[in-house]
Amino acid sequence: MSALLEVSDLRVSFGGRGRRRTGAFVAVDGVSLTITAEQTLGLVGESGSGKTTVARCVAGLTRPDSGSVGFGGRPLDRAGRRPPELRRAVQMVFQDPRSSLNPRMTVASVVGEAWRTHPVTAPSGDRTTALHRLLSDVGLDAEVASRRAGELSGGQCQRVSIARALAVRPRLLVCDEAVSALDVSVQAQILRLLADLRRTHRLAMLFISHDLGVVHQIADRVAVMRRGVIVEEGATEDVLSAPRHEYTQALLDAALDLGGVGT
Amino acid sequence: MPENPAGALLQVADLVVDLPGGKSDLRVVDGVSFDVPAGTTVGLIGESGSGKTMTALAIIGLLPGGAATGGQVVWRGEDLLHAGPTRRRRVRGHEISMIFQDPLAALNPTQRIGRQVGEILRRDGVPRGEAGRRVVELLDRAGVPDPVRRAREYPHQFSGGMRQRAMIALALAGRPSLLLADEPTTALDVTVQARILRLLRSIQERDGLAMLLVSHDLRVVAHVAGQVVVMYAGRVAERGPARQVLDRPAHPYTRALVRSVPAVRTRTALAHPLPGAPATPANRPAGCPFHPRCPLARERCRLEVPAIREVGPDRWSACHFAEEVLP
Repeated sequence: MSALLEVSDLRVSFGGRGRRRTGAFVAVDGVSLTITAEQTLGLVGESGSGKTTVARCVAGLTRPDSGSVGFGGRPLDRAGRRPPELRRAVQMVFQDPRSSLNPRMTVASVVGEAWRTHPVTAPSGDRTTALHRLLSDVGLDAEVASRRAGELSGGQCQRVSIARALAVRPRLLVCDEAVSALDVSVQAQILRLLADLRRTHRLAMLFISHDLGVVHQIADRVAVMRRGVIVEEGATEDVLSAPRHEYTQALLDAALDLGGVGT
Repeated sequence: MPENPAGALLQVADLVVDLPGGKSDLRVVDGVSFDVPAGTTVGLIGESGSGKTMTALAIIGLLPGGAATGGQVVWRGEDLLHAGPTRRRRVRGHEISMIFQDPLAALNPTQRIGRQVGEILRRDGVPRGEAGRRVVELLDRAGVPDPVRRAREYPHQFSGGMRQRAMIALALAGRPSLLLADEPTTALDVTVQARILRLLRSIQERDGLAMLLVSHDLRVVAHVAGQVVVMYAGRVAERGPARQVLDRPAHPYTRALVRSVPAVRTRTALAHPLPGAPATPANRPAGCPFHPRCPLARERCRLEVPAIREVGPDRWSACHFAEEVLP
């Protein structure tokens, strides 16, 4: 299958002095990855590994020093320079659902803003019906439409973020620790929702997480990042049950399971 | 009620914590009871709004201003809730210490690490030279490498894991018998988390320290705790030996929590999740607080608050239908 998202030899550094940027911190150091249509790639690693920076490059929020991001064979520039159809094709869901929504905006206006930004995706007929269908897709009652984001629970906020992303009919969802800040019982709901949506909405996903268990449940393939480099990549089952790289093994050794008392 | 009053280092009995709310007080902890026997680790599990942190703060006497308490916190036979402020200060740090999720909030950014640890020793009358030696020894025990040099550094020069170790050294300086650890590894990477948990366990074994580990993470609790207390909406849902509770829960809430934890090495099917969000003290449902999310809920659950009761040897559950949950 041909690639939907193609990241090749991505390099990103921050800081540094002068034109040569001496002493710059290299966050991403030559990362290449591909995601085919409707596929979910899990990107795992510890803090500082560069996984979020990769996500931000894909979403067009960070400009790489070099390398390229391609989508369906077309180059993906920074978000501001992307043609609208590419901008809406890649949508992002962030870790903290509260800070990624304006607490004073109603849910209806959050979704309405997405439709205003990408008018081709706005419903031609009855907006209220379309809004309610979208909310029901993400497991929210219609009455939530008139509520302000600040009045909602963390899980509800994350559902609204997902609804906002879905409103513009994306093909790739970039989820950066999208379930990490949620309560355990709510995390299971959102994971389930994402798994259902990728099927019903035929979405590809770049799913970034530090939690190997979560990635194991949702990803088709997994890439392990360390210090700006992908050290191992492959089918989720292979990488997480028979890791080849010692760092993947170290991550697995450190990860806790429920059956661990007294060991 | 605590079942073994004689043997317990700490007994929490019918603890109630009310915080001043908008119109009326909010009952954030509502009739919580459990024991921490000397030298053991008890895990306090709960989601946001469960009252787990407030329970720990009530034990150590650091509740926010305006909080009202009821019930008892019996420490070596003495009820701390009715102890005077001088006595409480004396207990805090010397007999009971606490570490937090965010060590930066607990460490002074303008003081060298060694001085902060030393200050506790000096306040206890340890002479300067002796205090210097003890600081290095404490940092070393907390697993800070090159402790002589690192004692002269500031908190911002420490990584997240090292800061947590510095806070552990700080907590151990007063030679406590009980350590309250509130989400001590939540902000850390997995490899660092594993090392900190190993450290806590080794300190505990060597010094016979008792620990109350407060966490939302069942995996962390399963890893270190002998007994667990599961809290929901300010009340105890279930308590008992950790292994038994996690393998054979006696409360539908515990069962759902256990099922929502994905395995790491094998692919687990996505759990059938609980509906809704955790109940909070501000919107605690009548009857059993868990009933709107519970697959077993029926009329009785909507009307009657379930009392915690013994449902097996050392197994306690606050579910009307615990026997149906236990396999």
